[in-house]
Amino acid sequence: MVNLGIKIHELEFKNPVLTASGTCGFGKEIADFMDLSLLGGLVVKGTTLKHREGNAYPRMAETPSGMLNAVGLQNKGVDNFITNIYPGIKDLDTNIIVNVNGSTVEDYVALTERLNELDRIPAIELNISCPNVKEGGMAFGISCASAEAVVKAVRKVYRKTLIVKLSPNVTDIAEIAKAVEGQGADSVSLINTLLGMAINAETRKPVLSTITGGLSGPAIKPIALRMVWQVFNAVKIPVIGMGGIMNATDAIEFLIAGASAVQVGTAIFIDPTIPIQIIDGISSYMECHKIQSVNEIIGSLQC
Amino acid sequence: MCMKKTVTNFLLLENKQLNNDNFRLLLQSPNPFSDIFPGQFINVEIKEAKEVFLRRPFSILDVNYNQRTISLLVKILGRGSKKLTESAAGQTINAIFPLGQSFTLPDKFDRILLIGGGSGVAPMLFMAKICGLDPANVTVLIGARSVSDHIDVSEYLSFGQFLFTTEDGSLGEKGYVTNHPVFSERLNQYDKIYTCGPNLMMKAIGRKAIENNIFCEVSLENSMACGFGVCLCCVEDTKTGHKCVCTDGPVFNVNDLKW
Repeated sequence: MVNLGIKIHELEFKNPVLTASGTCGFGKEIADFMDLSLLGGLVVKGTTLKHREGNAYPRMAETPSGMLNAVGLQNKGVDNFITNIYPGIKDLDTNIIVNVNGSTVEDYVALTERLNELDRIPAIELNISCPNVKEGGMAFGISCASAEAVVKAVRKVYRKTLIVKLSPNVTDIAEIAKAVEGQGADSVSLINTLLGMAINAETRKPVLSTITGGLSGPAIKPIALRMVWQVFNAVKIPVIGMGGIMNATDAIEFLIAGASAVQVGTAIFIDPTIPIQIIDGISSYMECHKIQSVNEIIGSLQC
Repeated sequence: MCMKKTVTNFLLLENKQLNNDNFRLLLQSPNPFSDIFPGQFINVEIKEAKEVFLRRPFSILDVNYNQRTISLLVKILGRGSKKLTESAAGQTINAIFPLGQSFTLPDKFDRILLIGGGSGVAPMLFMAKICGLDPANVTVLIGARSVSDHIDVSEYLSFGQFLFTTEDGSLGEKGYVTNHPVFSERLNQYDKIYTCGPNLMMKAIGRKAIENNIFCEVSLENSMACGFGVCLCCVEDTKTGHKCVCTDGPVFNVNDLKW
């Protein structure tokens, strides 16, 4: 029996496979396909202080080996989450992590304070990397100073595990990671989507209503893997890796690059049973390679 | 009680070309299933198709619970659907099903008008077959560009009165479905209108239904990533905000839309 358990800060995960925010709803949407308690964690849909309608349709464009999205954080706001969603998922036997978004530092702080009250939310993922909103979002994640400001303010009020989700749309992601580590982040997760674009040559119009959107899927995996490796070498806090993971081998590559855990995102759209297949696949890999603990794989890249 | 959504490896029993760009695929599930209704869809994985990453949604044309089969009407619209129509009997087809909300089934003595355009004819035929009404109370109006674009509906003829339109007049009335006298002159003889097809067609139908205060449901089509309500890509801007076509729809009452 292999040991798949890992730790992010003080938080224990039964295995290193989480579902990424915006790809698993609030859990119930994918519950037909899997036993959610088998997951290491569930990062629920990006939540904001107030209800957001999100961007206009069209919000999606298929690309070679991936897709662009421009959803724009459509969600019903934190009050709805606390009243209508949390009671239904709080007893799941997995770590439920809320992805936190805001247009201003004050938004992030106010939202975090609300989530502090929820016993069964052991961590938040501070999203300073959404490319699809006009205000806030990625703007916080592309400079060290603004990233520091929001993490510092949230750290002051948040007592539990604080994960900061980083944008790949920067010159040096390791610098941003170090900056948020310096302000007390317990972990960083990366990468959010890469800013991209699709054009319809017949109409000469953009495919997405917002013109640009976030690219995800296997197309971005090599970039994500490189960034995870760079950040792993730059910080002491645990790294959560994501970007185009479609199978167990992909996930293991991220662990080898230095990720303590991985998030599976766009793959769920293709097959919602993939996260469970990945957990099983990591076990098989470990048995095959006679590895007792998944921690032996983390950061084991041999250059 | 809704059937649980599953990811299933179907066996392709038959792939029959119906006309130039329409095919009927007969898929067999390894497991029994039940309670599939018109308007629901299935999201099919397209294997080994260049530059195709996402599944492709198709509405369900027919089911046979005893034989565990589902029929799909597949119209070639792009790379994904084209590749699927090249599948051969005996192949495995992976699909997520059943997805989406179905049309509201009519009441026992309702007179209904089913209007299909293009591949939107699939759920209309399915509805005609399973609605359980006296065939005298079921009218099926199908529009296409030309006679060669119409699919053979002979096995459904006993379920209602069938009417056709073509843009070139090669079959039935000349023009669009909205030019057919049953639509333009006799709409008030119906209690419920159901439609699936091109958006412009459904909008014209929906608006007239609203004007005449007739119950009308439409089945929308939007580009989807997941098909089960997590990506939030396929939204329709309704009177109550953005709704997912895949889970809140694809069937909507026209009164809920901003038409």
